[in-house]
Amino acid sequence: MQVRFFELAVGAFVLLGIGALFYLAVQVSNVTDYHDRDTYTVTGYFDNIGGLKTRAPVTVSGVRIGRVADIRYDPERFRAEVTLAIRSEHDYLPMDTQAAIHTAGLLGEQYVALEPGGDTETLQDSDEVMFTQSALVLENLIGRFMTNMGSD
Amino acid sequence: MTDAIASVGRATINALVVFGRAFVFLMRVLASLDIVLRRFGLTLAEVYSVGVRSLLIIIVSGLFVGMVLAYQGYITLVNFGAAEALGGVVALSLVRELGPVVTALLFAGRAGSALTAELGLMKTTEQLSAMEMMAVNPYRRTFAPRFVAGFLSMPLLAAIFSAVGVMGGYLVGVGLLGVDSGAYFSQMQSVTDWNEDVLSGVIKSVVFGFVVTWIAVFQGFNAQPTSEGISRATTQTVVVASLAVLGLDFILTGLMFGAG
Repeated sequence: MQVRFFELAVGAFVLLGIGALFYLAVQVSNVTDYHDRDTYTVTGYFDNIGGLKTRAPVTVSGVRIGRVADIRYDPERFRAEVTLAIRSEHDYLPMDTQAAIHTAGLLGEQYVALEPGGDTETLQDSDEVMFTQSALVLENLIGRFMTNMGSD
Repeated sequence: MTDAIASVGRATINALVVFGRAFVFLMRVLASLDIVLRRFGLTLAEVYSVGVRSLLIIIVSGLFVGMVLAYQGYITLVNFGAAEALGGVVALSLVRELGPVVTALLFAGRAGSALTAELGLMKTTEQLSAMEMMAVNPYRRTFAPRFVAGFLSMPLLAAIFSAVGVMGGYLVGVGLLGVDSGAYFSQMQSVTDWNEDVLSGVIKSVVFGFVVTWIAVFQGFNAQPTSEGISRATTQTVVVASLAVLGLDFILTGLMFGAG
């Protein structure tokens, strides 16, 4: 009887521990993001990516459809090469889609916002996004504001 | 002058001797791990006394640590108008640091000291020698199951601590301070990465479980067979294990989060 109680208590303990890990996975962390395995990638070249990081969201009209897979510097074009992994079901983006780096909130995280154009052809795997818009860099804005103030 | 130098030398040699003994002891315990599979009941009983019976203190501490974190985080964040980020602050601090570290400290105090005292008393009352007389290997019968039990229990306890802490933070943050419930969890999910944060915390707790249990079992094995020796060994377990956990945590944090 004593051994039965041990087994019961230990079993409950182990299940509780695994349950806690499961809770951490599903409720606390972004493990669900790891599910978008079926993706295709497109690249975009930006003059300045600001504080964009890998795994940042990629959105259309604010709806998250993928994430930033890779950021590197292209030494031939002298621009930042950003690889976007977009879920395969979102295969309707026109060729002339525009990619812009936006900021969520005033000091929030940066993300890539896509704006579909009007082309009939759609973006395929390893295509390049033609039109890009860089991140707003606060220092540049302030600098421009200061020079405008000076010229008045 | 020479006395002073000699005493430094003696202390160093003694420390090295203890460390060497601890290492040999660990090797012998690891070599007898097959008993865990052959007589699983022994380990089960130890998981009960080491893990299950630590559950209450872990849950209560986790709850309160989470609640206090939410309070303090809120006070700072609300100044920046960023009270919505509370979930992320609570979850990251718990999963990365407080979960593994506080659990390991509590574990050393609650389970480690008990292990040392139990084994020390077994040694003092010559139960270990009696086992050897009966051709029962005390490493297999006594040390290995306790070692495995501590090693297995620690990560589970740390996960429970973090999960309960997140709920405690929810109680205070959402229930008491009025942070939006959806924002609490969505912020949490957007800043907490499964691989980088949660798994790093789990790795930490595995390492801490290994070290704390090793120290506790070895201190019991190495205790002077007197009542004073047992008390000294028990104290040593808590002190050395706590320091080891804090030191290792610094190194592991540097390795895991420093480079990125």
